Amino acid sequence: MRELRIHGRGGQGSVTAAELIAVAAFEGGVYAQAFPAFGVERRGAPVQAFVRFDDKKIRKRSQVYEPDYIIVQDSTLIKDVNVFLGVKKGGIVIVNTEKAPDYKVPDGVKLITIDATNIALKTLGVPITNTTLMGAFAAASGEIKFAALENALKRRFKGEMGTKNIAAAKQAFDVVKGAA
Amino acid sequence: MMKITEGSHAVAEIVAFCRPQVVSAYPITPQTHIVEALAEMVADCKLDAEYITVENELSALSACIGASAAGSRVYSATTSQGLALMYEACFNAAGMRLPIIMSIANRAMGAPLSIWNDQQDSISLRDSGWLQFYAEDNQEATDLHVIAYKVAEDHSVLLPAMVCFDGFILSHTYEPVDMLSQEDVDKYLPKFNPYEKLDAADPISFGMYATPDYYHEFRYEIDNAVKRAGGVIKKAGKEFGTMFGRDYSSMTEEYRMEDADTAIVAMGSVCGTIKDAIDEMRASGKKVGLVRIRVFRPFPSGDIAKALSKAKRVAVLDKNISLGAKGATAIEVKDAMYGKATPILNYIIGLGGRDVRKRDIAAIVALAEKGEGDMFYGLRKEVL
Repeated sequence: MRELRIHGRGGQGSVTAAELIAVAAFEGGVYAQAFPAFGVERRGAPVQAFVRFDDKKIRKRSQVYEPDYIIVQDSTLIKDVNVFLGVKKGGIVIVNTEKAPDYKVPDGVKLITIDATNIALKTLGVPITNTTLMGAFAAASGEIKFAALENALKRRFKGEMGTKNIAAAKQAFDVVKGAA
Repeated sequence: MMKITEGSHAVAEIVAFCRPQVVSAYPITPQTHIVEALAEMVADCKLDAEYITVENELSALSACIGASAAGSRVYSATTSQGLALMYEACFNAAGMRLPIIMSIANRAMGAPLSIWNDQQDSISLRDSGWLQFYAEDNQEATDLHVIAYKVAEDHSVLLPAMVCFDGFILSHTYEPVDMLSQEDVDKYLPKFNPYEKLDAADPISFGMYATPDYYHEFRYEIDNAVKRAGGVIKKAGKEFGTMFGRDYSSMTEEYRMEDADTAIVAMGSVCGTIKDAIDEMRASGKKVGLVRIRVFRPFPSGDIAKALSKAKRVAVLDKNISLGAKGATAIEVKDAMYGKATPILNYIIGLGGRDVRKRDIAAIVALAEKGEGDMFYGLRKEVL
């Protein structure tokens, strides 16, 4: 079983990201489970959402403490929350930031930084980075195929919204693939 | 067909397939997504039902009572304080023998206010005469609604039923569910055939007062009906298994109990985590098993006593507490095991959304092996 933990702030779409990643994984023939850690439901508060992937039925219901993957939607969280806590050796951390990192990920963990806010602003016109980071996650982890992600986005966001979100995800996917 | 969907949406979809004629509910976290989805289906003419919007949960269940007495198949959903507000109507629904089905997205009771999961809400209604089903995952949460209608409407039962599934942990989780189709449900669930109904041309009364000459016998009849429901559940569960391949003919599930020294008894979604923990403990040589309770009312005492007959010790996990006594499941299990020497230890876990991990299950088994129990597990002593 592989596990993903998404850190974000209320309003950034972390729960939607977890759901759509699970939907895309399921389309790829994987058993997936996505769920939120609901805290205080207000904009700006730190939130977490989780995804599990396995080739068999997932029974476990506890939160994710030892993730294989971490997505940090907002790098300002890093000073408030120990977002890297428990990450497995060999794991991948994706941080949305335009800056060079002034923090360290644990030994044996791969750090990928991407300026998802900039991509989202240019593509969607709003600094909502969840769909952009899904593209980065698809490229970095290989857990979901881009075509499946595209389908999931198309079903969730109708019309032009769908096209734009797919474009944002694709851009991030290409950036991460190109860097690899 | 297998699809990945949110628990609440899967429940709303299966409820629609059960063709309720009247839906009345009041939104409350974490149940809201169910009734939102049903309201949308009614508004979009995808569900041919009357959706009665009301000012609160007491009115919601009262509307359901009226509609059910008039001969309609009805549905509601609630949780926590919403269910508490329905309290008096719950007893009326059972006393009038109305087969109302209500989903409970289990949530803790205030005060202090908590939107998170435990099972105190529905457990507190255990004496109301409603049948109570508890789902481990969203597959069961959907399937049990179809079975609940069949059982509740059976003329030898005629009782309301709560289908309970853990709030957030299941209601807000996306996972694959093998959804029945409309044709499947139509094949399994016959049209509601009321035993009696309100009819202006042939007037009768429901729920009038009973003097001391009759009330005692009324309660006896309701108790008998709840007990009779056990056999009907097993039959309906078996039929479901024959038709769709998922067998619900037992009110309990035994997991790796064959040679278990320590038997865990639990209910709801935590049982998935328990099963994973058991596999790990088994791999390290510990003989641990699980008896999962799927139906809490009627309580399957005989099945549980049989399942636990060879265990050296029993650890009962409760996501509720009858304050001043024990967890409700522990009380029932002790009653089922009366006269036997097996130690039965109770652990109150996961109240108000406290996460329960595999390592917690292993720690509880270790405590049980030492004979330490009857406690709130995992208290944060520093805040006491």
